[in-house]
Amino acid sequence: MAETILKCVGVSKFFGGLTALDQVDFEVNTGEVVALLGDNGAGKSTLIKCISGVYKPEQGKITFTGKDIVHSTPAEVRDEGIETIYQDLALAENLDVGANVFLGKERMKKVFGLFPVTDDEYMRQEATKVLDRLDIHIPSLKQKLVNLSGGQRQAVAIARALYWNAKLVIMDEPTAALGVPEQRKVLALVRSLREQGIPVILISHTMQDVMEVADRIVVMRRGKVAANMMRRDATVDLIVKHIIGASEVNE
Amino acid sequence: MAATSSGRKQAASTNQILDFIVRSWAYIFLLIMILFFSLTGRGFFTLANFSNVLVTSTMVALMAIGQTYVVITAGIDLSIGWTVGLASVISARIMRDMVNAGTDIGAAMVIAVILALAASIIPGFVNGVLIARVKVPPFIATLGMFGIVRGAAFLLTDGQQVVGGLPNQLQSVLRSIGSGSLLWYIPGQGITFLNRPTDLPPEISRGVAGLLPYPVIITAVVVLIFGFILGRMKFGRHTYAIGGNQDASIRAGINIRRHLIWIYVFSAFTAGIAGVLHTFRFTAGAPNAAEAALLQSVAAVVIGGTSLFGGEGKISGAVIGALIINVLSNGLVILNINPLWQFIVVGVVIIVAVLVNQAQTALERLRTNG
Repeated sequence: MAETILKCVGVSKFFGGLTALDQVDFEVNTGEVVALLGDNGAGKSTLIKCISGVYKPEQGKITFTGKDIVHSTPAEVRDEGIETIYQDLALAENLDVGANVFLGKERMKKVFGLFPVTDDEYMRQEATKVLDRLDIHIPSLKQKLVNLSGGQRQAVAIARALYWNAKLVIMDEPTAALGVPEQRKVLALVRSLREQGIPVILISHTMQDVMEVADRIVVMRRGKVAANMMRRDATVDLIVKHIIGASEVNE
Repeated sequence: MAATSSGRKQAASTNQILDFIVRSWAYIFLLIMILFFSLTGRGFFTLANFSNVLVTSTMVALMAIGQTYVVITAGIDLSIGWTVGLASVISARIMRDMVNAGTDIGAAMVIAVILALAASIIPGFVNGVLIARVKVPPFIATLGMFGIVRGAAFLLTDGQQVVGGLPNQLQSVLRSIGSGSLLWYIPGQGITFLNRPTDLPPEISRGVAGLLPYPVIITAVVVLIFGFILGRMKFGRHTYAIGGNQDASIRAGINIRRHLIWIYVFSAFTAGIAGVLHTFRFTAGAPNAAEAALLQSVAAVVIGGTSLFGGEGKISGAVIGALIINVLSNGLVILNINPLWQFIVVGVVIIVAVLVNQAQTALERLRTNG
């Protein structure tokens, strides 16, 4: 039914004497939202950076759609279809939505059959189409991003990933620093990505978000996977126990 | 109910008016200034004087074009004042020496202009490499280049303030371009093409005005080209993106090192054009031709609405800024006010410009959040 799109097997990463990741097995299937949880320093970010090509793990294998991506650069990983949306969103806030979705890959047209100019109208229309897919409606697409809300900006970052055919989206703390209504919107975005068959890895500290939107929950602790459970089997209590390691004590 | 809605409407329209004023205050300010000087200063509101102000503005305008690109990327180019001088000195020297050696005047001029422009690119390229590759802050890199180019320009004149002694025939050809015009207006007689009539009585001669002076045409062409690149082409889009978010631009695959080098080359190049034009206008080279114009170019950029924090700005704004500065100094001279006041007035205008731009940002925030 659902097939495994990303597979990490026995991934280890060391920083000097510190073991940041210790034999981590992790996988993502098509059409699921996987929440990645853990205390600060548990290894969530290191794992994400290994997947997105920023770090090279010392041991283990990472395959994406069957292809080995351990030795790929961040740009190559992105070309394969893994889009990481960091907290800072990497948007040029002084430009409009179309310009951001197409940044670095601008659509051009010719004026007087000679000079290549940016086809802003086309880029705006295409951006609207993707945003419509996400059910996000921005009143004036000519507006600069500075004038948009945090949730709308998040949507633009996701729209950009979607437009360039992301097959897996990694979101780092997407609801941090947002007001409650904006948080709702972002969670709706995550759901809408899943509905379109695009799996999401969601890093979050907010238990509520996780319980609301995740299909599967992976808890990391001290560089290892401490728990891997379906959301329907999880309770906030149980998750917290895994995060702080209390379950080890009880057992 | 009705009262509130009409009140709201009124508030909205006041907001719109305020918004319009804040957005286009530089244009409004320029118009008011022209109006003021026209009413108070004798001889300000004449074709001859307008033509004169336009020609004088070309220096700062040309420098401000390149500077706009630089400032949009959150940089600054302090070296272009002396790049103007370098280009002026090199072009004057090469022309003089070649014509003295018996070269045809036209050929000597073309070669001199090409070589001067080529030489002016060098400091820009070095600036760009230092800033983009070695990560030297723009302020420091171009301040260093300020000294280097200044020294080079003066070395080429053997320490003289001016490269003079150009052959008379060459001088008159230079003047026909640097002080020439496509159209001339002669009071009481109408318009003539190309040549300024020489055999006029002095009272008419004083009113003769170049309607389309060549330096203005050249500057307008440069403005159009660089305005088009910035406003419509991919290069311009990436310039704004780099100024808005450098990391995002890198992640989007923009080669920002190469881009920044190009930008400092642009900046030096438009300064080079200003330098060559200076030689044509004054039929002599001067290393310190743009000593004062450097800071004026930064002022013009800021007055024109370009943010020193990067990401915002337009070439048209820089041109308006250059006009404001030159109309101010021209008007103050005509009003017979001590020209030293000019510095103070321009200083005040710069500060006001920044304040207005900040108010604009605040207004935009208010409107979206309200």
